[in-house]
Amino acid sequence: MAAAARLVLRTASGAKALRAGLGWLGSPIRVPHAAAHFTFHPDPVPTRHGPTQKMNLFQSITSALDNTLSSDPTAVIFGEDVAFGGVFRCTVGLRDKYGKDRVFNTPLCEQGIVGFGIGVAVAGATAIAEIQFADYIFPAFDQIVNEAAKYRYRSGNMFDCGNLTIRAPWGCVGHGSLYHSQSPEAFFAHCPGIKVVIPRSPVQAKGLLLSCIADKNPCIFFEPKILYRAAVEQVPTEPYLIPLSQAEVLQEGSDVTLVAWGTQVHVVKEVAAMAQEKLGVSCEVIDLQTILPWDTETVCKSVVKTGRLLISHEAPVTGGFAAEISSTVQEECFLNLEAPITRVCGYDTPFPHIFEPFYIPDKWKCFDAIKRMINY
Amino acid sequence: MQPNITRRCEQRCAAKMAALMHFGKLCRIKIRAIGQSSSFKGSPTCLLRRTFSIYGCLSQQTFDSPSDKPQFPGASAEFVDQLEFIQPNVISGIPVYRVMDRKGQIINPSEDPKLSKETVLKFYQKMTLLNTMDRILYESQRQGRISFYMTNYGEEGTHVGSAAALDPSDLVFGQYREAGVLMYRGFPLDLFMAQCYANADDLGKGRQMPVHYGSKDLNFVTISSPLATQIPQAAGAAYAMKALNSNRAVICYFGEGAASEGDAHAGFNFSATLECPIIFFCRNNGYAISTPTNEQYRGDGIAARGPGYGMMSIRVDGNDVFAVYNATREARRRAVAENQPFLIEAMTYRIGHHSTSDDSSAYRSVDEVNYWDKQDHPISRLRHYMTARGWWAEDEERSWRKQSRRLVMEAFERAERRLKPRPDWLFTDVYDEKPAGLQKQQEALQSHLEQYKEHYPVDLYDK
Repeated sequence: MAAAARLVLRTASGAKALRAGLGWLGSPIRVPHAAAHFTFHPDPVPTRHGPTQKMNLFQSITSALDNTLSSDPTAVIFGEDVAFGGVFRCTVGLRDKYGKDRVFNTPLCEQGIVGFGIGVAVAGATAIAEIQFADYIFPAFDQIVNEAAKYRYRSGNMFDCGNLTIRAPWGCVGHGSLYHSQSPEAFFAHCPGIKVVIPRSPVQAKGLLLSCIADKNPCIFFEPKILYRAAVEQVPTEPYLIPLSQAEVLQEGSDVTLVAWGTQVHVVKEVAAMAQEKLGVSCEVIDLQTILPWDTETVCKSVVKTGRLLISHEAPVTGGFAAEISSTVQEECFLNLEAPITRVCGYDTPFPHIFEPFYIPDKWKCFDAIKRMINY
Repeated sequence: MQPNITRRCEQRCAAKMAALMHFGKLCRIKIRAIGQSSSFKGSPTCLLRRTFSIYGCLSQQTFDSPSDKPQFPGASAEFVDQLEFIQPNVISGIPVYRVMDRKGQIINPSEDPKLSKETVLKFYQKMTLLNTMDRILYESQRQGRISFYMTNYGEEGTHVGSAAALDPSDLVFGQYREAGVLMYRGFPLDLFMAQCYANADDLGKGRQMPVHYGSKDLNFVTISSPLATQIPQAAGAAYAMKALNSNRAVICYFGEGAASEGDAHAGFNFSATLECPIIFFCRNNGYAISTPTNEQYRGDGIAARGPGYGMMSIRVDGNDVFAVYNATREARRRAVAENQPFLIEAMTYRIGHHSTSDDSSAYRSVDEVNYWDKQDHPISRLRHYMTARGWWAEDEERSWRKQSRRLVMEAFERAERRLKPRPDWLFTDVYDEKPAGLQKQQEALQSHLEQYKEHYPVDLYDK
């Protein structure tokens, strides 16, 4: 049922949307759109992994999938509409290159897609399943939580579906409303046995996705869809791995630790600059990258140093993953904390359409929170 | 005079118009984000083509083509000019394939699989050994020696008949009432018992409830409690078998109640559209716990759903081990050769309670149960067949009963004496490697137990 109602998402990000031009019927369509709530700044060009090429996030995903299909003859990619290239173009060209038995459409049924992927993995092949929007992953919740996550444990390690990776577009997109905007990572964070990974950029996306595919545990890989086209940087064309369960300190600082993942990393990077400029506050910015199992060590080490922690995510605040981080840091760093840990998150409402600019935990909300923490 | 090109355009037209109507009236269409980027190299041409075809279709609307075939992409069918709903045929349903009658006599000699005496004796011994194990473990649960049990009474024939028709390398996905398949494949009594007792010999490391068996060596995927989840998984495994060119098939067992789950729909549809070498084996035993089939479905059972998915389907007498064997063997042969799914619905009756947590007399009559137990049982039917051939007599029956009982009791006692697995096993296999956070939790339990061990049953567990 959920899948039946899905709509067009014509664009992936603010400014580019207006340039996108022709729509479905070939007539020019202008999508009303607020300015993007973040600015993407590419990381320095990686030099360790050989030649690079300019890619946006969807192209870096394709590159990772291409590398996988070429090196692993058992790997298959499937989901709704992946054959013609995917509704976000992540699988463009792969079917032509690797054949229709390896890149194929499934019927429109999420529980089937994940169940099928588990089966492929149990039989020893590499399964890369796509759920068209993270919002539509819930029909597969049972297969993910009761089956994929528990396969190895319940069989005493006789059977496992470690070769399964589930990819899904994730996060807000400006106008996605209730069912093209969700960030469901916290639902899965409560489920031992799976890994949940979210990249912030094309380089991270490729390296982390390849790690998910190589990892011997079922992984959910959420792709911030607003970055599919907006984020462009130099990405190595050869395969490379970025380790899971390892947060990355993007910017060192001494006064406050800022933790985020996905698009929100770019928001808090900007907030760090604002805090420096307007308040003279030095922020340490951490991209968590892996939600489960998460890197407590890097986060706690940072908070021991700064004494303050702000966690920010798009998902609703109650039961969001910031609560887990906050509680753990409070346990581990009680003597170092100089202010209450602050969560700047989505409100406890469904994700709204026209009110999106007011809903999201944007840079001004984060900035204000820092101001209050510093003055605590 | 309609050249092909016009026909193709009409097809496109039909698709596009259908899409437009859906979008306007039902808002149920999923519109793809095509041609959204100016950076996409192929898009200008692509968009031009699209524009052309749309306007081409609109102009085609005025074209009047009399009495031709429907061009809808969704189905291949003729037009009909009278309103008539298709009526389900539930009074006279899909017939039940049977090879021998209730007295064990072959009805149609051309359908006799003509199995050797040795094979038939194996069928009989596996079915009766399972029956003996069921009785002993059921009783042991009543005495509180194991926590839970589910018997296989009345369904032994479906297990053994189908298992015998498979290649040992074929992968089995089950529900929980298919222990006879493992029995047929040679799973040791000790391991059945180890699983139910969750002792240190259990291959599953004592983590699951009783009867959740699994065996990597015997290609029997570990059972889990959530119903029907194995159905789309089995389809995926079958797809992998096909892709790996392994000449293996997958069989997937489930009850008629589980067939109501969404996952059953998913598995059937996926295996048909993705052309998977799989046999779906439904045990229709009349009940899902207390729910009779007339509260489970209103069509002609499960077999009638197969053709709706484009799946070859058959209904067999589940109390006739030869009928089950024949159907499974042919389905297996064709599934592997043709890469397509088959559905077998084995009609049977759940003679025992649903489980040890259920008293079935609360919702069905003892007479009904007695009929199936005494008049139409897979074990007694096969015994008639063997007796008629002089392959089995009262003496052999008596000595086999004694022997099988002894085998089961010995395994039972060994299992009961064995310690439980190390408590450490609570923490392993969640992931392939233990995450740091989980390692800390394990250490916390260890130090807790050092301090409070008198409050825990540590002596029952391996050190």
